[in-house]
Amino acid sequence: MYAVELKGITKRFGPVIANNHIDFQLKLGEIQALLGENGAGKTTLMRILYGLYHADEGKIVVNDREVQIRSPRDAIVNRIGMVTQHFTLVPTLTVAENVALGYTQGFHLDPKKLEADVAASAKRFGIEIDPHALVRHLSVGERQRVEILKSLYRDARVLILDEPTAVLVPQEVDVLFATLNRLREDGMSLVFISHKLYEVMAICDRISVLRDGKAVGTVEKEKTSQSELARLMVGRETFGVTRQGENHPGKPLLRLDRVSAVDKKGLPALKNITLEVCQGEILGIAGVSGNGQTELAQVLSGTLKPSSGEIRVGEKKLTGADPAEFTAARVGRIPEDRHGGVVGEMSVADNLALENLDKFVRSGMLDRKAILENAKRLIAEYQIKASPTDRIRTLSGGNMQKVLLARALARDPLLIIAPQPTRGLDVGATDYVRKKLLEQRDAGTAVLLVSEDLDEIMALSDRIAVIYEGQIVGVVAARDATAEQLGLMMSGAWEVAHAEN
Amino acid sequence: MLKIERRPAPVWVRAVIPLAAILVTFILTSILILVAKANPFEAYYHFLIAPLSGQVSAIEVLVKSTPLLLTGAAVTFAFSAGYWNIGAEGQLLAGAIAAAGLGMALETFPPIVAIPVMILGGFLAGMVWAAIPALLKVKLAVDEVVTTLLMNTVILFLISFLLNGVWRDPLSGWPQSAQIADSAIFPKLIPRSRLHLGFLLAWVVIGLIWLVINRTALGMRMRSVGMGPEAARFAGVKVGRTMLTAALVSGGIAGLAGVSEVAGIHYHLIEAISANYGYTGIIAATLGGLNPLGVSLAALFIGLIDTGAQSVSRALGVPIFLGNVVQATLLLVTLGMLLLQNYRIRRV
Amino acid sequence: MDIFLVGLIAATLRVATPLIFGTLGELICERAGILNLGIEGTMFLGAFTGFAVASVTGSLWLGFAAAVAAGVIAGLLMGLLTVRLGVNQHVSGLGLTLLLTGISLFAYRIIFGERSVQPSIDTFPKLAPFGNLPVLGPIFEQYALTYLAIALVPLLWWLIYRTNFGLQIRAAGENPEATDAAGVNVFRVRFLALAIGGGLMGAGGAFLSLAQLGSFIFGIISGRGWVCIALIIFANWHPVRVLWGALLFGGVFALQLRLQSTGMKLPYELFLALPYLVTIIALTLAGRNASAPAALLKPYRRE
Repeated sequence: MYAVELKGITKRFGPVIANNHIDFQLKLGEIQALLGENGAGKTTLMRILYGLYHADEGKIVVNDREVQIRSPRDAIVNRIGMVTQHFTLVPTLTVAENVALGYTQGFHLDPKKLEADVAASAKRFGIEIDPHALVRHLSVGERQRVEILKSLYRDARVLILDEPTAVLVPQEVDVLFATLNRLREDGMSLVFISHKLYEVMAICDRISVLRDGKAVGTVEKEKTSQSELARLMVGRETFGVTRQGENHPGKPLLRLDRVSAVDKKGLPALKNITLEVCQGEILGIAGVSGNGQTELAQVLSGTLKPSSGEIRVGEKKLTGADPAEFTAARVGRIPEDRHGGVVGEMSVADNLALENLDKFVRSGMLDRKAILENAKRLIAEYQIKASPTDRIRTLSGGNMQKVLLARALARDPLLIIAPQPTRGLDVGATDYVRKKLLEQRDAGTAVLLVSEDLDEIMALSDRIAVIYEGQIVGVVAARDATAEQLGLMMSGAWEVAHAEN
Repeated sequence: MLKIERRPAPVWVRAVIPLAAILVTFILTSILILVAKANPFEAYYHFLIAPLSGQVSAIEVLVKSTPLLLTGAAVTFAFSAGYWNIGAEGQLLAGAIAAAGLGMALETFPPIVAIPVMILGGFLAGMVWAAIPALLKVKLAVDEVVTTLLMNTVILFLISFLLNGVWRDPLSGWPQSAQIADSAIFPKLIPRSRLHLGFLLAWVVIGLIWLVINRTALGMRMRSVGMGPEAARFAGVKVGRTMLTAALVSGGIAGLAGVSEVAGIHYHLIEAISANYGYTGIIAATLGGLNPLGVSLAALFIGLIDTGAQSVSRALGVPIFLGNVVQATLLLVTLGMLLLQNYRIRRV
Repeated sequence: MDIFLVGLIAATLRVATPLIFGTLGELICERAGILNLGIEGTMFLGAFTGFAVASVTGSLWLGFAAAVAAGVIAGLLMGLLTVRLGVNQHVSGLGLTLLLTGISLFAYRIIFGERSVQPSIDTFPKLAPFGNLPVLGPIFEQYALTYLAIALVPLLWWLIYRTNFGLQIRAAGENPEATDAAGVNVFRVRFLALAIGGGLMGAGGAFLSLAQLGSFIFGIISGRGWVCIALIIFANWHPVRVLWGALLFGGVFALQLRLQSTGMKLPYELFLALPYLVTIIALTLAGRNASAPAALLKPYRRE
């Protein structure tokens, strides 16, 4: 008997098939990894099991009985718990209060009794936590333990952990693994979603690999290697993409020297990054999302101040500069989140002009005619399907991206920062954006391309740098790169594999 | 089967909202009118039609609207940049203090000097009073709503202090200031009426803020900060500086409303110089959808209701406070209805 | 002990009473995540309703009960606007204040008409539960409602920190997403908090008309609602500190009244303004309002 069995799970989001007839079996008392790249469908599959999504097709079987799970409540009733990447804790309450919230009995609240109950539960499962502590004083690792305890307190026998080590430092990872081992010995069944190969090999008994929404195989740890897993994950030996001609790079233009930065939560996101991008080349930053790419782009766009290090564009020092200074230094920047990067209620024309307002001012007044002309010109040039006066939030994703691209290229930049430029776009828009970036490269512009799409990185980049946990683990020439090598680097296993060789 | 979805509503909904809101307000307040043993239709005739049917009362509508045009403009200017200026009331009072002070001191100057000086002084006073909450918001992210409310209360104490102390009118002994100089009194726009320069000043200000918001780079930056601060910041807009500018100018405009009441209506500084004009300005700004023209119409409409309330009271014996209830109801109903813009009904 | 001091303490307790009611009411709203600027209007409504019902029925306690009920309805109306509809809390609160004030004045005129002499009623009597104490006697001669207000402080502390409902309020005000994820109905919690808060605010207004004044005048609240808003920040959102803050504000007010009557040439307005200025300074020092409920002012919508 399996603890949980998923049969033929299919889930579509519009035209995208996130889960494609996936079968999945979780044995009793095992830790199984769910491995795959971004967009492979791992989180979607588990969210279906936890009741946050509904499958379009397929069955869920718990302890040999088919069940309907329509909400987290149903999952909890079936003794399934999930620890998500974003914690749902109330910082100003104690651990005990957080654990018990929504699961309390009666009217009266006796903190001492509650803390004793929670302490007993924690002790039973070997989880070290002080029930009296305020959550806001806890480290990230401790907060994660509170999240785990929440599920255990509700009698879970199956626990899903979604990228649990993404926010932990190595010491906390050890503590987490010790906890997970204890839970397994207690007879619990755990699903460990991850993209990190060496961790998966360290803690899990079996590993299921997903790729592009399909299950590509389940292997036992003893019978596989990191290289094989990398291959399964990434799925191809060569990328079979025609490269767009040779490039002849010029002098280095963008220089990052030991740049470190801290993300919005206060955690280290970039650790001593040293990078160069030359004129007339595209440097692709490859990596699984959440490894510091967002912060790298932010630090190069002026929306995040580095905590140390230096950033230079040509001769200009732009460390900690604000967005206007970057634009003035002829850095063309595209925002990573296009919806947060445009002023939705303003017109296309106004959005196009916003970054360069001083060019559209005549004797103190906005030159509306010039703004309109500018918009018409760019709309034609970039084939944007919109009129200048349309409110930009009515545009499709592809057209919105073209607007942002047009704006970034408007001042004939020396350097382009392009994070996830084709994310969520249709084929036509994607081709267009890629074509434009290549054009810029051929004209001598330096381009920093950040993408979760490995195909795209391979097709467009001249050199590829892989980012993992805030560090650059390697830089290779694109024509020399192999799937296995990139897969290993992106999963943090490069050093280990190197050592093995 | 009809299904309600959270998607933007068709554009015509936006245009219909003011009319629908007025209709719903009519229905709701009819209850009160009936309790007062009057006929709702008659009451609304007196509210909306009667004031416009006579010259004197029509002019009174304009007079009553004057301070609202200015506070409405002030609030609109700040709200456009995402700064919640609840302190228009206090800034108005600051402007009134400055107007009274300057007005009393400018005895020996001709109107061509005295009036512009008073206007400028009132504007600056309003700016100064708006500065503390604005700086706290921009530099320390302190919520501007509470601070501006507190400032509103503090300045009332200041006025009380002045009027019971150094500024107490030696002639009458009442807690009011001495009369301002004759040269500082706003000239009348229509002879022998109550309509004064303030009305003209209000329209000039409205024209100017329309110009700034829609036709200047500052205005575009303000709107981008108000509608999408993240995107604005990415595009290089200095969000803090823009918001500060909007807050200070807004304070100045509210100060002008205070000048207008002192120099145009009362000629003294009194404790009751403002009948909640600062707060009513917020109503006008909300009803007008933060569009200077819409806000002006809303201000005129509220002026109409204020005048009409007097008419309703006289003719039907309905308490004059019905006017306040109508305004507040209209605001709340409009607020509720504005959210309808976020929903679409679809046939499924 | 100086007679002046004893009189001052007695007056302080009296003056602080409506502030305690109002601030505790606002506190429970804000802890749940709603800034209720309708407090000024709710207190006004409470003052009027209490007075009107007491006048008509002849029963002060019935008037008080009606005032509380009116406050509850006002709270639910605020809930309709901010919780159910998700309207901006600032504007709906101010609008509600204007509405309730207008309705109260309107209804007052309807019921009592326009008279040259304001109608009045016999107020609540003062209690002297400890009999006629020498020297300190006047301090304990307070209205029943004052004793009630003081008793409400530990009661509200208990409600917020020692009941599951209070836990849910605190959670909803800090992190409604997490609270929703935990299976708690955030909307219901906020509605209840607003209802309880409204009732307390109504009680505060009723105190003024039924105990302190015995009549209803248009300036009966005159900004006390905003004082309560300031007091919450002063008290760092904690019920027990609300009591100290109310006593402080009340004390300053009582002091300036007494000083005025002695004919001292002090700018008593400065005294009155001082607590507000101190609150602004407190806000500046606290910087980012470190103790404010994190989800205050953000409407929660389940996407």
